[in-house]
Amino acid sequence: MCLGVPGQVIEVFDEGGTRMATVDFGGVVKKVCLAYVPDVGPGDYTIVHVGFALTRLDEASALETLELFRATGLLDEELRDPVAGPVDPAPPLGGVGR
Amino acid sequence: MTGIDPSSWSCPAPIGRRSTVVMGHGGGGRLSAELVAEVFLPAFANPGLDQLADSAVMPFAGGRLAMSTDSYVVRPLFFPGGNIGDLAVNGTVNDLAMSGARPLYLSAAFVLEEGLDIGTLGLIAGSMGAAAQAAGAQLITGDTKVVDQGRGDGVYITTAGVGLVPDGVEVSPSGARPGDVVIVSGTIGSHGVAILSVREGLEFGTVVETDSAPLNGLVDAMLAVAPAGVHALRDPTRGGLAATVNEIAGASAVGVVLEERSIPVSPEVAAACGFLGLDPLEVANEGRLVAFVAPEVADDVLAVMRDLAVASGAAVVGRVVADHPGVVVARTGIGGTRIVDVPLGEQLPRIC
Amino acid sequence: MKYLDEFRDPDLAKRLLAEIRQVTTGPWAVMEVCGGQTHSIIRNGIDQLLPDGIELVHGPGCPVCVTPLEIIDKALAIAARPGTIFCSFGDMLRVPGSDKDLFQVRSEGGDVRVVYSPLDALALAADNPDREVVFFGIGFETTAPANAMTVHEARRRGLPNFSMLVSHVLVPPAITAVLAAPGCRVQGFLAAGHVCAVMGTAEYEPLVREHGVPVVVTGFEPLDVLEGIRRAVVQLEAGRAEVENAYARVVRPDGNPVARAMIDQVFEVCDRAWRGIGTIPASGWRLTDDYLEFDAEHRFDVGHIRTAEPSRCRAGEVLQGLIKPNECEAFGEACTPRSPLGATMVSSEGACAAYFQYRRLGPTPVEIRR
Repeated sequence: MCLGVPGQVIEVFDEGGTRMATVDFGGVVKKVCLAYVPDVGPGDYTIVHVGFALTRLDEASALETLELFRATGLLDEELRDPVAGPVDPAPPLGGVGR
Repeated sequence: MTGIDPSSWSCPAPIGRRSTVVMGHGGGGRLSAELVAEVFLPAFANPGLDQLADSAVMPFAGGRLAMSTDSYVVRPLFFPGGNIGDLAVNGTVNDLAMSGARPLYLSAAFVLEEGLDIGTLGLIAGSMGAAAQAAGAQLITGDTKVVDQGRGDGVYITTAGVGLVPDGVEVSPSGARPGDVVIVSGTIGSHGVAILSVREGLEFGTVVETDSAPLNGLVDAMLAVAPAGVHALRDPTRGGLAATVNEIAGASAVGVVLEERSIPVSPEVAAACGFLGLDPLEVANEGRLVAFVAPEVADDVLAVMRDLAVASGAAVVGRVVADHPGVVVARTGIGGTRIVDVPLGEQLPRIC
Repeated sequence: MKYLDEFRDPDLAKRLLAEIRQVTTGPWAVMEVCGGQTHSIIRNGIDQLLPDGIELVHGPGCPVCVTPLEIIDKALAIAARPGTIFCSFGDMLRVPGSDKDLFQVRSEGGDVRVVYSPLDALALAADNPDREVVFFGIGFETTAPANAMTVHEARRRGLPNFSMLVSHVLVPPAITAVLAAPGCRVQGFLAAGHVCAVMGTAEYEPLVREHGVPVVVTGFEPLDVLEGIRRAVVQLEAGRAEVENAYARVVRPDGNPVARAMIDQVFEVCDRAWRGIGTIPASGWRLTDDYLEFDAEHRFDVGHIRTAEPSRCRAGEVLQGLIKPNECEAFGEACTPRSPLGATMVSSEGACAAYFQYRRLGPTPVEIRR
């Protein structure tokens, strides 16, 4: 029920009394309604669902979370039981590099 | 060229006495002849068409004849990087090429909607002539019918084509074998995304253009370096890579394991698919092929592909296995496994 | 794509999986409620990467699967009306009603259009003043702000030819119903991250207190789903039951008050029949009387709908995690993705469709667990 994708607000404008924005999803731009996120402005990242921005994406929090993941399992790598590990990578496919 | 800029195209059709298509243009009489003379002949320009007979009679060297036909009903008629015309030519050229055939002659049948702007038709015809020339094929015969306004989408085009399969070339969907390397000739999903970006109700801004292109030159080069090593070829049009790989897996009764991390997707296509909820593997391509190649020649084939502009982004994306015949499996980005099935039907944006 | 790709990092996924393996003694059954999370799990192959001690139960979190049959039939009836433009999200087009789906209605001449946003339907209404334009307003709480704003705008801009067929469903009552079902084996929940972005996390506190089950607010990318599972298992192993937020970059404890204010203005709580499950009290939203003029059920006389669900379909039990899809007699025989009996076989994240895919692998060296 929840396909919400992060995009960056490029430009904010008014359309018929509603606060709208051009949002960049990484090479794709779409017009999005900003009425629900009065605190979101140009440069901010926001989660967009069916043409509406629902919340500001907290970039600091995102980076913090990634840091936490990076700190996870550091010791476990040595302890990891190879039998219980994920499916081993397939033998290298033929072909000149990537 | 970014976006659609028809003003940069030279229109071969002088605006004649009429500026829109009328029922008479399909009637076979003087108006039809005018249309042929003013729009199609200049655009397609070749001796076969100039015969203007009921059927074009051309010399043929003999051997194995490949034949293919397709209808084109794309909406809108013009989309980033192309239009229904060059799509119709490249599509049939590519179907011939996927059998290893060298395209020779094409036919084009038009169903036009009354009221269509003749200048628009001229642009489409011009694109077709140019596309045929780029592929080294000739549009030698055609037909035009006109339907009442409201009973068509402007233009429907059906192209058919014949080509010659060189001796010794054996390329078929049932030819894939366990151990074969699966190669894709470039990034996937561009055509479908380009179309969606201008479809009513979904419009979004993007630099993505259709990848529509003739692939016969590419196939020739691949076969030259590995005449017996290219086992199967297919162009992943509707249904995308997912449909095509499944078709070959089924026809050849083999399994396929794809490596998702190796499948080339441009960042812009990934972004478009992301916000619409589409899987790039299921999005149409019009200038890409998938090849199933014997492992001992895979490196050579890949190198020769990358030397050509149309396949500079070619990449190995998987291999054929004897397990789970007819089923295509992908190793996901995080090392998991998922089944890649044939898409059920139209790719629809989702909210879920 | 920024803030998406980073959360798909394969090395970080391996770390999280290693961590999960380390903490799990189990066995534990954890349910993800959101269809988007089910989609991510299947799409990334997460369930096969988890240790044996964790079972993921796919919950009733997909609007395709749970939209009441009666509403689907009403949608089909409205869409078939001449002069009507019926707009819908793509997800709903293949959902079978009692005897057909929206695709078939379109092939029979109905003007059915897929839109990305309800605002697109509103634009169609503005551009076609002589046509009735109806939008199929389904979804969970995530989609309600969009649908509410659209109805609000229809009034503000004076578009009397616009109406909405509303069928919103709510997550917390669904979780309560799952927990109340006899035979429920779910011990922890991954709450839907984008639902919580709107509603906040407070409404899960009473659930957690009353039932003693951990609820972890979870995102959708592979790392998010793994982290949600990790936190749920850590709680279960420690005997704790709390509401945790594993999607802090998007979800704030009080959600989006501006969005909720609009929802409160336009919608009101009602009982809702969940397809296959039955009526769950106070589990849906409908338009308030104030907005009755935009309610498609009110505008179009579609009262005489007789629904007929194939009796063999056990989708409701699957949705609640009471049976696995392959425990249904019709599974794979009378019921397949090509000829589905119920919505869970239609939807790409329906549990039945997902199971169906995996059985095609047959006996293989790769152990497939579902």
